Amino acid sequence: MAVQQLTGEELSERVSAAVPDSVVASADGVLFVEPAKIADVAGFMKSDSRLDFNFLNSISAVDYINYFEVVYHLTSMNKHHTAIVKTRLDGRDELILPSVYHLWRGADFQEREIWDLMGISFSGHPNLKRIMLWEGFDGHPLRKDYL
Amino acid sequence: MPIQTEPMTVNIGPQHPSTHGVFRLRVTFDGEDILEVEPIFGYLHRGTEKLAEERNYTQIVTLTDRLDYVSSMINNQAYCLAVEELIGVEVPQRAKYLRTLTAELQRVASHLMGIGFFLQDLGTLGTPLMYAFRLRERILDLFEMLCGARITVSYMRPGGVFFDAPDDFWPALDQFLKDFDTEYKELEQLILENEIVMVRTRGVSLLPLELAINNSVSGPSLRASGSDWDWRKMAPYDAYDRMEFDIPTATGGDNYDRFWVRIQEIHQSIRMVRQCIQQIEPGPIRADVPLVLRPEPGAEAYGRVEASKGELAFYLVSDGGISPYRCKVRSPSLMNLTTIEHLLVGWKLADMIVTLGSLDINLGEVDR
Amino acid sequence: MNCVLGPDNILHDTLLFRVIYEGVGNVLPCGLSYVVAGLAIMMLLVNGVLLGAGLFSWVERRLIGRFHNRIGPNRWGPFGSLQPLADLVKLLFKEDLTPRGADRIVFAIVPVAMLAPVVLMMAVVPFAKDTALANLNVGVLYILAVTSITSIAIFMAGWSSDNRYAMWGASRGVAILISYEVPVVMSLLGVVLVAGSMSLDDVVSAQTVPFLLVQPLAFFVFFAGTSAELNRTPFDLAEAESEIIAGYHIEYSGVKFALIQAAEFGAVLTSSAVMVTLFLSGWSGPVSNYLGWAWFLMKIGVLAFIFSWVRATFPRLRIDQLLAFAWKFLLPLSIINLFATALEVYFLRDGSGALDTTDLWIMAGINFGVAFGCLLIFGTLIKEKVRPAGPITGATLSPGEAD
Repeated sequence: MAVQQLTGEELSERVSAAVPDSVVASADGVLFVEPAKIADVAGFMKSDSRLDFNFLNSISAVDYINYFEVVYHLTSMNKHHTAIVKTRLDGRDELILPSVYHLWRGADFQEREIWDLMGISFSGHPNLKRIMLWEGFDGHPLRKDYL
Repeated sequence: MPIQTEPMTVNIGPQHPSTHGVFRLRVTFDGEDILEVEPIFGYLHRGTEKLAEERNYTQIVTLTDRLDYVSSMINNQAYCLAVEELIGVEVPQRAKYLRTLTAELQRVASHLMGIGFFLQDLGTLGTPLMYAFRLRERILDLFEMLCGARITVSYMRPGGVFFDAPDDFWPALDQFLKDFDTEYKELEQLILENEIVMVRTRGVSLLPLELAINNSVSGPSLRASGSDWDWRKMAPYDAYDRMEFDIPTATGGDNYDRFWVRIQEIHQSIRMVRQCIQQIEPGPIRADVPLVLRPEPGAEAYGRVEASKGELAFYLVSDGGISPYRCKVRSPSLMNLTTIEHLLVGWKLADMIVTLGSLDINLGEVDR
Repeated sequence: MNCVLGPDNILHDTLLFRVIYEGVGNVLPCGLSYVVAGLAIMMLLVNGVLLGAGLFSWVERRLIGRFHNRIGPNRWGPFGSLQPLADLVKLLFKEDLTPRGADRIVFAIVPVAMLAPVVLMMAVVPFAKDTALANLNVGVLYILAVTSITSIAIFMAGWSSDNRYAMWGASRGVAILISYEVPVVMSLLGVVLVAGSMSLDDVVSAQTVPFLLVQPLAFFVFFAGTSAELNRTPFDLAEAESEIIAGYHIEYSGVKFALIQAAEFGAVLTSSAVMVTLFLSGWSGPVSNYLGWAWFLMKIGVLAFIFSWVRATFPRLRIDQLLAFAWKFLLPLSIINLFATALEVYFLRDGSGALDTTDLWIMAGINFGVAFGCLLIFGTLIKEKVRPAGPITGATLSPGEAD
């Protein structure tokens, strides 16, 4: 009973039905979502009984110079499917995303790490401090312009 | 008149014989009871993800060795799977079996180290540790025969493995398997039914299943809480779809269960090693992949394996160049540590050390 | 001028003592020569304890090495036997630090305070027939009193070090020592009842049957209690290396640390000596007039081996489990033992209060029965706690089965 990856189309239909104005696009098995609505979309994906994504594999951030992309990999242990959700944040300063800490506690250290190394802050995270580097460190090392 | 006491804040680590690496915990104690826990990481942060953006795809294999340095074969395997998904290449059969074989041997070595140090933290002063290491030394000698290195092996490459096994490897492996059963049984008899071990670890630091899943716990720690999720069965890679093995699970989620699951997984891994030896056939050991890879620009891959500590995954993004644009490591030990506050608050100092040992974290992959 | 020993003399009139006493008595007044002779024999004892501590540290390291399937020290001297000398030289050359916030005087007194009880205990232990330093008629009481000084010394070490880990180790250590004193004292009362006297010489001569057989429960309680008082595994919580690094002696270095280690290893040997005297019939054995000391040393060796063996095998108990072990298990055992022994002595003794060999064998039989009974009862009582009923784990799944 191998695990399937959900295609973007099925996901996008359900999600845009439940959370309006959230889906931007869906392509190649990836669902693109508006940044401000990411927490709502994630909440729907977790609580919906047919999607039931109860396991957060990882949250990653990629620096594409003009914009940042945050990638969520999710798994449903009961329904045996996985999904990839991405959101795009334009610009390089003042990047804020709603946190999914209250949905999956596993996001705790991952969001702190993204804040620490990439500079994207998460609103609603109870303890958004630097994790790998020390408080007082200047800059966000994993960005492309940090050399 | 009640006695006035004051809670005491102490740093456990970063230099400490039992924190499994440079790991610091800021703990507030009331006598011996733990009130608050704050983990502080970063003492071993070497910037692996940033370094990976400067090296080409084959060179990064050496970087991946040093993530979870006690189970480097499996790190290599995860990375190579991600790269192969990125460029869309199929690994030859013999390479798949060699990879499975070495990954399972590495899992045995990593669990032996985890078990040995877990018992060391309980205070046995080294006797079970030495027994476990006696077995682990044999495995590391086998690795040296295969690829020249014991710990940071760099044995696999995108497309397959680097060296084929030399002729004297197979008899040595047979000899090891023959001796393994008796020696491992000695270790099991010493520790599994020892009353002091049971009294110290049963019912201590319980991790309920819902909390474990919510905290992204994976690997033996998740299976000790009641789930049977194992990526080797759920999304088989390499030769795992042809292997027959069981998945040990436990229902309690306490320290003893996590320890027990690892002991049983060693049995299953040895079973798989025996199957690999029977099923392997001669053939090419590496697909025709250039040493300097240039994947499609915009390609992405998320390659995951069931590492000895949980789900290890590499998220690779390519921009068409010889290095990945982004190489993100999803490390199991960091995710497993999310539960640390729940597991420790309310227990005692002596339990804290034992719980850290039962989670079996490795700072190389926590800090990367 | 010949000096004569007075009737209220407490030092044993051994050959060596008499030689020194009369020899020095030719030069100095008698009172002074008494003191000098006593001091000379005391010097021998102190040196013996320290050398024994060194030797035992080597023996233990090699033994534990063999238990671990490795060699142990093997570089210095044949079989590494000069290793304690190498350790001593290393420790002598280390810098003797006192932490800045530490209480200097107390910090400096601690090594002496830890070594003193060890040496003092050896003062009353008979090595061979009529060969001990002092002939106290309250020898057992003296030993129990002197071992209590260790708890004060440990607390001094923890408090004066100005270090949280040291304080932790010290508080654990004191809690353990105080808890284990009580069962130890109760178990020795049984021995005293049977022997009819507190003097160690009398205890040895009363052991026509070794008290190990006559008082098995007392031996078990005394062994466990002494392990805890010596801070040895499975009761070595006060200096648990893997948890609080070194506990109460974390800030000691150099000669002070060497003395503390000597006190610890020496304490194992002295406690073994006391156990041999009280339970294994001391120096008696074949040809004990000439070879008494040899039997004595051999029995100490066996007990020291058992201490090392237990240390290499068992993990450590947690503090609340340790204290529960003392108060809920050892104390009731020792009280039952005392009760049974008192009844037996009352019914079996003859007119003058002495017990002969047959009586001792009868007592041995009854006490073994009592011991087995107790262990059975306690075993069933704590069984639920140690191994809860039900399968240890859930089922393992076979391939093809999921969900």
